[in-house]
Amino acid sequence: MRYAVEPGLYSLGESGVESDIFVTANYKLSFDILRKSLKGLNAWILVLDTKSINVWCAAGKGTFGTDELVKRVNEAQLDKIVSHKRLIVPQLGAVGVNAMAVQRQTGFRVHFGPVYAKDVPAYVNANYKKSDEMRLVKFTMLDRLILTPMEINPSMKKFPLFALIVLIIFGLQPSGIMFKDAWSGGLPFLGLGLAAIFSGAFITPVFLPFIPFRSFAIKGWITGILAAFTLMRAFEFSLLPAAASYIFFPLASSYIALQFTGSTTFTGMSGVRKELKIALPVYLIFTALSVILLITDKLSQWNVI
Amino acid sequence: MKYLLNVTSLEFFPEKCTGCGRCVDVCPHGVFAMRDKRAMITGKDLCMECGACALNCEFGAIKVDAGVGCAAALINSIITGGPPSCDCGGTTGSDCC
Repeated sequence: MRYAVEPGLYSLGESGVESDIFVTANYKLSFDILRKSLKGLNAWILVLDTKSINVWCAAGKGTFGTDELVKRVNEAQLDKIVSHKRLIVPQLGAVGVNAMAVQRQTGFRVHFGPVYAKDVPAYVNANYKKSDEMRLVKFTMLDRLILTPMEINPSMKKFPLFALIVLIIFGLQPSGIMFKDAWSGGLPFLGLGLAAIFSGAFITPVFLPFIPFRSFAIKGWITGILAAFTLMRAFEFSLLPAAASYIFFPLASSYIALQFTGSTTFTGMSGVRKELKIALPVYLIFTALSVILLITDKLSQWNVI
Repeated sequence: MKYLLNVTSLEFFPEKCTGCGRCVDVCPHGVFAMRDKRAMITGKDLCMECGACALNCEFGAIKVDAGVGCAAALINSIITGGPPSCDCGGTTGSDCC
């Protein structure tokens, strides 16, 4: 809980009975960004217990929600602290906060403020009116770049297992596991594996809108086939391992790219469900096929077939 | 940025709309707009199914199957049979999203 802020009411500047009340999550970064944007204002900050998760994600889970807000309003006895009935809730909190229900239960009227805390002073100065721009959530290249470690790390955690399987397949000989064969045969595959992670977890997120098609699975496959093609020219492959590589690695990149849907600000559940419905069977079938190709290659080397 | 076309579960019932403008106010993707004192959907394919509009429409004029648009959450729900949630399997906890 390193990023937790104690829930409850905080005073900013010389807050009084007329000061606005801004609601936020008890995630330290959310709280600090709000505090910074309110610099110079006299205000109250009401921190909800969201288990140190940001407003939008917590609202999706319901922890930044109607019940928690009502509870904190009552606990802080806001009706005795201020003379007005305005609560300013970040707009993205509307995913979990039912404004009418809060008003019925507390008497306080919820105003959904701007999406970004930096717009709060302009919003207050405009007499609590949001411009259209203040309502929209963005997803810039910098936003996407910052998120890429969250995509690369989980894939890299699975990489040692992949490497082990590759080295065993290539090292396996009738006489046992040969390290020299494992290394020389497996190395290109390990390189291709890293390339798939790079194209799926880095290139695809960063260049997202510039890669053709709307489907993340297809975007990831396109960057994956380009990465595989670039790298394959550096190695000498016989037919079957080459075919297996061209089948498997772009699909791995596609699968990894699909995971980025969890970090975006614009992908909906129905869309991701549709992608998975088609993509998951494709991943399973073609992964099996590439394994079969490698085994066939192996068996022909041993003159079994 | 637009995701897949014609997939959103968003439904709007104009006969129930009173023109309060709350949906326009809460939507982070500008899916709704006010026309002649009533709301209307102007950017359906921009919808990410967050559910803010439906939750805050007092008059039941909006329906949407709200949830997380996250592949990992949906794959987890397929494996465990539970509802999709963005807890990332519970192992990474608050580091997720």
